[in-house]
Amino acid sequence: MNEALTLLSFGDMGWGDEIALGVVTTVSLALASLPIGLLLGFLLALAKKSEEPSLRAAANVYTTIFRGLPELLTLFLVYYGGQILIQQVLSLFGDVYFEVNAFLAGMIALSLVFSSYASEAFLSAFRAINKGQYEGAAALGLGYGQTMRLVILPQLVRLALPALSNLWLILLKETSLVSIIGLADIIRYSNMAARTTKEPFLFFSVACAIYLVLAIISSGGISRLDAWAKRGEAHK
Amino acid sequence: MNDVSLPSQQSYVQPKTIEPQTPPPAPKHRPWTSTRVVGTTWLTLWIAAGLGIIWFLLNSNHVALVFGGEGLLPVSITHNATFLSRYGEKFISGFFVTLQLVSVSMLLGVLLSIPLTIMRMSKSRILGGIAYAYVYFFRGTPLLAQVFLLYYGAGSFREPLQSVDLWWFFRDAWNCAILAFTLNTAAYQVEILRGSIESMPKGQWEAADALGLPKWLTFWKIILPQALIVSLRPYGNEIILMIKGSAIVAIITIYDLMGETRRAFSRTYDFQAYVWAAIAYLVMVETLRRAWDRIEDRLTRHLKR
Repeated sequence: MNEALTLLSFGDMGWGDEIALGVVTTVSLALASLPIGLLLGFLLALAKKSEEPSLRAAANVYTTIFRGLPELLTLFLVYYGGQILIQQVLSLFGDVYFEVNAFLAGMIALSLVFSSYASEAFLSAFRAINKGQYEGAAALGLGYGQTMRLVILPQLVRLALPALSNLWLILLKETSLVSIIGLADIIRYSNMAARTTKEPFLFFSVACAIYLVLAIISSGGISRLDAWAKRGEAHK
Repeated sequence: MNDVSLPSQQSYVQPKTIEPQTPPPAPKHRPWTSTRVVGTTWLTLWIAAGLGIIWFLLNSNHVALVFGGEGLLPVSITHNATFLSRYGEKFISGFFVTLQLVSVSMLLGVLLSIPLTIMRMSKSRILGGIAYAYVYFFRGTPLLAQVFLLYYGAGSFREPLQSVDLWWFFRDAWNCAILAFTLNTAAYQVEILRGSIESMPKGQWEAADALGLPKWLTFWKIILPQALIVSLRPYGNEIILMIKGSAIVAIITIYDLMGETRRAFSRTYDFQAYVWAAIAYLVMVETLRRAWDRIEDRLTRHLKR
């Protein structure tokens, strides 16, 4: 027991500080992907509910691809594919060696996946909003932007929140994949610690426990957010 | 309708009939609204990307751009006519490994999820708590961490495992992958089953009770068949999630589709490895999704009007 505590302590003897760094990477990667994914997902949902068939088709191709590919493969496609593409473009200008940042690749890949799922969440929320809301807003003389901002979005947030919070929890877990392309997240440091100390079970249990704690913290935040989104509803 | 003659109402206003009008002429061209411009551009880009990939695959089976070479130029051109002939068969075998992994662990997961669901729904707080903790753990942690915990973590218990003669099981990556995936999918399946059983309206139980049916018969003949229909869609989604999730076993040296892809890429640095894998996974997932939709259509035909 004491030995395990030493291994997990901060400082030279333990891996606590490294794992803490990994937690920072994991959380910041998830937090960085979230806004991009949400924005893209919202725009995709707008495209999918538009009356223009070509726009709907294009948005559906996007979701089919990024919901159908394994997340790991999306990550590899972005990481290696991006590397090759940029390298080829750069090679037109001469010999420049360029390495794609693993964090950036992870962020892009996770945002792509997140946005395709989020678009479905937004779309079903849009469908749950009564047509009368648009008509009422039009009757009040609100323009498209005002209708969206003042009437639709507040309801959309409330309706899409349960699905989106689920997606956030999934995103948090999916960040673990970036350890495979070498980004130093929780799993990567646990792996390093496990190899060095020959205590794999201890370190991977700690990694799992950290993810659980992150999930529990998120759930707390989500339920507060949910209460905030539902503040307009009558108490039952 | 019966012929009810209305009391004649005297109308003071002369009814003014208008001649039937011709419908407004159909617009000759759909106007190029901004959404249409965006949509068409986007769709064109997709088509271009698709054609580009086809061109790339065709082209690279004669000439491949290779990157990552040590030395002066990181990008060089090699003749590589043999990518498909060299790795095609491996890809197919990897494809079957993926299918096998998913189907075996799905089936084992079904078996495991049944007692867990019973525990989860039982009145006993201890049994319910254990099942809840199980589900929470496997749904709250990444699959990758679970696989590592089982495969590498078992190494911490080598001696005790050897003493009960179980070490052979954990030494093998395939067994660990199957075990991890089974445990993981069982947790998700518990929630699917429980959710669908609990979604059945109370009236179903009450009506069966009024007919004098015993509880177990009510469950078996009335609740479960309806619950399974409700759970069809989530089960389909779970299979798709498993197919996608199974890609990570490549990390623990199993040569599934992803594993073969990584091996081919690490030997040739030829990007088409990943393109082929993407195509294979997309085809697999889309086929399953469509087949599942049809199965669902067929099984729920009595619920449609």
